[in-house]
This record gives sequence, structure tokens and C-alpha cells, in this order.
Amino acid sequence: MDLIIVLQAGVATGTVLLFATLGEILAERAGVLNLGVEGMMLFGAMSAFSIAVRTGNPWLGILVAMLAAGLISQIHAFITIQLQADQVVSGLSLNFLAVGVSLVLGEGLSKAGTVSLMTSYDIPLLNLIPIIGPVFFTNQKLLVYIGYVLFPLVWYYINHTRPGLHLRAVGEYPAAADTLGVNVYRLRYLYVFVGGLLAGLAGATISLAVSPGWFSELTTAGQGWIAIGLVIFAQWDPLRAAFGSYAFGALRRLVLDIQGPMTLFGYANPFYYNPYWGFFLQMLPYAFTIIVLVIGSREAVRKRLGAPAALGLPYIRGARGL
Amino acid sequence: MAEIVRSRPGRLARLFPYRVRVEPRLKEVPRWYVLMLSALSVLVALLIGAGVIAIAGGDPWRSYAHIARASFGSLGVFSDTMVKAIPLMLVGLACSLAFRMRLWNIGAEGQFFIGAFGASAVVLIPILPAEAPRWLFIITMIVFGMACGALWGFIPGYLKAKFNVNEIISTLMLNYIAVAWNNFFIFAVWTEGGFQMSRIFPQNAWLPRLTDFSAQFPIFRGLTTHFGLVLALLVAVVVWLILYRSQWGYEIRLLGDNPNAARYAGISTGRNIILVMMLSGAIAGLAGMSEISGVVHRLQGAISPGYGFTGIIVAWLAKLNPFAVIFVSILFGALILAGREIQPSGVPKMIQGIILVCLIASDFFMRYRITLVRRGEEK
Repeated sequence: MDLIIVLQAGVATGTVLLFATLGEILAERAGVLNLGVEGMMLFGAMSAFSIAVRTGNPWLGILVAMLAAGLISQIHAFITIQLQADQVVSGLSLNFLAVGVSLVLGEGLSKAGTVSLMTSYDIPLLNLIPIIGPVFFTNQKLLVYIGYVLFPLVWYYINHTRPGLHLRAVGEYPAAADTLGVNVYRLRYLYVFVGGLLAGLAGATISLAVSPGWFSELTTAGQGWIAIGLVIFAQWDPLRAAFGSYAFGALRRLVLDIQGPMTLFGYANPFYYNPYWGFFLQMLPYAFTIIVLVIGSREAVRKRLGAPAALGLPYIRGARGL
Repeated sequence: MAEIVRSRPGRLARLFPYRVRVEPRLKEVPRWYVLMLSALSVLVALLIGAGVIAIAGGDPWRSYAHIARASFGSLGVFSDTMVKAIPLMLVGLACSLAFRMRLWNIGAEGQFFIGAFGASAVVLIPILPAEAPRWLFIITMIVFGMACGALWGFIPGYLKAKFNVNEIISTLMLNYIAVAWNNFFIFAVWTEGGFQMSRIFPQNAWLPRLTDFSAQFPIFRGLTTHFGLVLALLVAVVVWLILYRSQWGYEIRLLGDNPNAARYAGISTGRNIILVMMLSGAIAGLAGMSEISGVVHRLQGAISPGYGFTGIIVAWLAKLNPFAVIFVSILFGALILAGREIQPSGVPKMIQGIILVCLIASDFFMRYRITLVRRGEEK
């Protein structure tokens, strides 16, 4: 087993988590917790694959996936922002809805055909850097490179631009933002939509680039939930989110690949000879998410960091409180 | 006060000379209104679902007619509906208890699987010899199933109480872990001849079914409704007693409605989080036990069509009322039972999702009064 190859594939897997996590960070920074990420991703994965199979154009598939997930996210936006319902319950219901609709519309899609593999690229010069070059800049899909550009951009946008300031204000102290003429409702709708777009992109990345195909609920296999966990671990910071996503991607890959070779570092590979241990390997990403949550939550308490102050609270103009 | 600017009414205003006025309700809404609203949201959800089925190329009315016929059409199928409803009742009760404290236990599915594991362990390790009496088998399986479920609930409860770990995510992650854990035992340890299932349990580890009494009551012949129904009704009473007739229940409800007030009153948040998660997990574990011992009679992979998740919707539709959970479960049991044969196969899941969305949206009408005011008549 070539560790470099595993890490290289891990970065691609991590890109999925990265997109979803960034989207959720933007929505939560605006004060809207959207637990429907898993469902939106599945909806995106289904739409992307379905369009790509029919038209043969993966980029059209990605576009449709993003719009589809963005649109379905607006149900949650409407229910929580307009109707002021509980964000936890509404997010869960969006999740059920999106999963259900994906399964219905994706019926028979697994046998509908295949999509041609998206082309992989090397980045000249950068791919010559030892270790980093082959892991990050060799033989990766364009989507992966988009990820590298996206997370610093999102970080810069949130922390160093005026719209980013408005975004943070809406999530921390919407009443103050409102008095200054920021349209709290419109911005919250907008960022839930952006979160949906990115979740759709994450789903499309799975079904078109990372593990092409439609495998009903197994397509996403809980990655949306892991992304929500990563948001907490990342303390709502896109840079930490990138670190977490790629690390998790590598872990997911490692868990899959470690069972393949007969020897590991010159020793007999116990996972090869005991294939049933694979079930314990399967648990690892999920167990790790819990561990990462413990770390993130402890750190938040210690450093007095935390969620955006208005996260989960509906904004009612003229009401007391936040 | 601001004056209403009277201008020439626009075209729309002439067509529809009303204005929608939304104002917060000051009084609690009456009971019938809540019921009507829930029924209406289910109805709207079914209509939306019909639309999606039609888009996907199915025939919605045939699908719905089929659901009704295949779940309530005769005593036999109604009994099958009850079989599907029993785990939903228990899981719905587990969720209702936790949700009442605003503790989002989304892990009932995992607790269900681990409960099934615990109950199976009694037979398969074996903890009891195969010739042990039936009552001993069933009691031991209940204890083990509930204990395993409670342990699975304890983990997220402890993490939440101690480290403030978000229970939604930890319970969900534990679902995946529980399934992998069961699979390990099904594939590697208790496999029967290489198949992905354990050997079938001896008859004395089965929960009694109605058909077992067909000698005395011929009408029960072939009915598979099992003793789990009694367990579920019992648990409903217990949960109701806990929530509404005990001091602990008062603490749970206070923590759910106003955590700060509860803290000032000296109620321990952490202890209650752990205890409620454990009891919730135990009830979900009991659901797993009753499914294993009452229906499947062996440990295998496919023991749940998402009971743990449907239970969440059941709890919500029942407004967390333990007795309402029983009735709502029967409706959803019908959906699951009949949904198996409906194409496309995701339909039951989708309808559940749409029902939940409509239900949550309908809450708005409970908090706000919406009236149509004739233009020009407003003060």
C-alpha cells in the first residue's frame, strides 16, 4: 500500500467534506443551523448523477446539483426564518424530506448507465514539492483544486470583507445589524441558500468524482453529519475546517485501503487476514467524529470561543433579546 | 399612529380586496385546533407526496389506495400493521421522553440495533441454556436489550453532560457504529453456515404471538401481533406517569421549557441529561429486543426499515404525548407495511419527510393568528 496514493485519494474524499463544511459554516455564521446537510448532499449527488448520465456533461450535472440542493435548502430557510420554527426540528425534517425525495427520484438510477471519469490534472512546479506535491497537486480532479481556492476565499470573505462583517453581525447580534440597515432576513435566506449550493456541490463531487455512481443512501453514508461535526471542531473557522476535512478524508480512505495489501510495513497485514475486522475499521470515522467533537467542545469552553451567539434563534423584529 | 395612506387600489387589490394580517396569539389554542392542524398537515403532505410520485412516473392514487388496502383491509393485514407499529411505538416513546427535555436523541436507530444485539446475546452467547423456561428467557432478554440500549444512550448523555458534546451528532455517529458492531457479529461470530444471519432462536425465546393462542381462540389463527404490543402499552403508561405524575418528570419538563429557571431551582442538568438519555436508550433497546424476539427470531442485518428515524416523526406528530404515540405509530406502521411493495421504493420515506416538514410549518398557525382583513376597513 502506497501511503502517498492513499493520501492523494484522501484529499479527494476530503474535498467532499470541505464543501459541505464550508457551506454549513456560512449558514451557521448567519445564525441558521441547518441539520439537513446529509439530505441536501444526497439530493445533490442524485441530481448530478442523473443529469450527467442523461446529458453526458458532468459540469451541467454539478450546476444542477448545486441549484437543486440550494432550492431545497430554502424550505428550511422559509420554515425557520419566516415561520420561526425550531431550527433543529426543521433541519431534521429537511433531512428526511431530501433523503426521501432523492430515493424516489433516484429510483433505478444505479442502473441508468455510467458517467465518463472526470479528467485529472497535475499542477506544474507545485507537483515537484516533496510529499505535498504528489499528495495535493498530482492527478487530482478540477473539483479538488476548486476546494483549495475556495476555503481561503471563504475565510477572507468572512473575516476581511464588508459583506463578511454583515454576515457575522447577523449571526452574532441580528438586532444590532438590523438597526444598522442590514437586512437580517434576506441575508439569512441567502446564506442558507449558499450552504445548500455547497452541500449540493459536495454531493455532486461524490457521485461524479470521488466514487462515481448512485448507491441510494450509501452514496453519502453519513458524511453530511460528519461535516456538521467538523463545523463544531473547526470552531466555525474555514481554515480549521479545511484541516479537519482533509484529515478526515485521509482517514476514510485509509480505512478502505488498509485491508487491501497482504503486508503492512513488512509485517503480515492483520486486516487482510481477518477481513471481519473491517467492521471495526468502518466504525473509525464515526468514532473519530465523536472524539473530534469532544476536543472541539472542550477547546470552546477553555478559550471561551463558541458558536455564533444567535445560532439557532429566530430573529423577530421588535422582540426582546437577540 | 401611522396613518394609512389611501391611494387608488391597484389591480390586484381590486381582484382581492383583502389584506393578510398576522398577529401573535395571546391565548393557548384549544385542543381541537391542534388536532385539526395536525390532520390538515398530514393531508397537505399526502397531496404534495402525490405530486412528487406523479413526477417520478408513479400513480399516486393507486399508491395511496394500495397503502390503505394493504394495511387496514382485513384482520390479517391489520395484525401485520400492528407488528410494524410496535417498534415504532417504543421508539416514538423513547424519542418523546428525550425530546420533552429538548434532548435530541436521534440515535434511537442505533439503540434499537444494540438492544437487538443484547437480546440476541442471551440466546447466542449463550447466557441462558436453550431449555430455560420461556418467562425466564423473555425477562432476561428484556433486561439485556434494555441494558445495552441504556449503555448506548449513556455514551452521548455522558459526553453531553461532561463535555457539552452536541448529542445530535454523537447519537447519529453511534447509529453507524451500532450497525457495524452488529454486522461484525452477524458475519464473523454468530453466522450460520456462512449466511449473514445467526441461527434461529429456540421457541422459548420467542415472544408469544396471537396465533399461539389459536387453539383457544380460532379467530387468532395466523395473526402475528406479538406480546411486544403489551410491552409498548406498558411503556406508554410508564412514560406518561414519569413525565406528568412524578417529580422527575416535572424536572424533565422544566429543563425542556426553561433550562435557566430549572438551574436556578437547583435541578441538576447533567444528571438529568444522562438519566433521560439512558432511559430513552433503554426504551429504544426494548424495541430492538421485541423485534428480534417477536418477529425476526434471529439476529440479522436487515431488522429495521429505519424505525429509529420514523420514531422521531411519530413523536413529533404525537406532540410528544405518550398515548398519542400509540395511535400515530399505527398509521406509520401502515405506511411502512404497505410501502414495501410500492414503486418507487423511496415513497414511504419521502412521505414521512413531507409530513414532518408540513407539521413543523403548521406550528406557525398555533403561535400566530392569521386573518383576512378587508382593505380600507383596517383601523
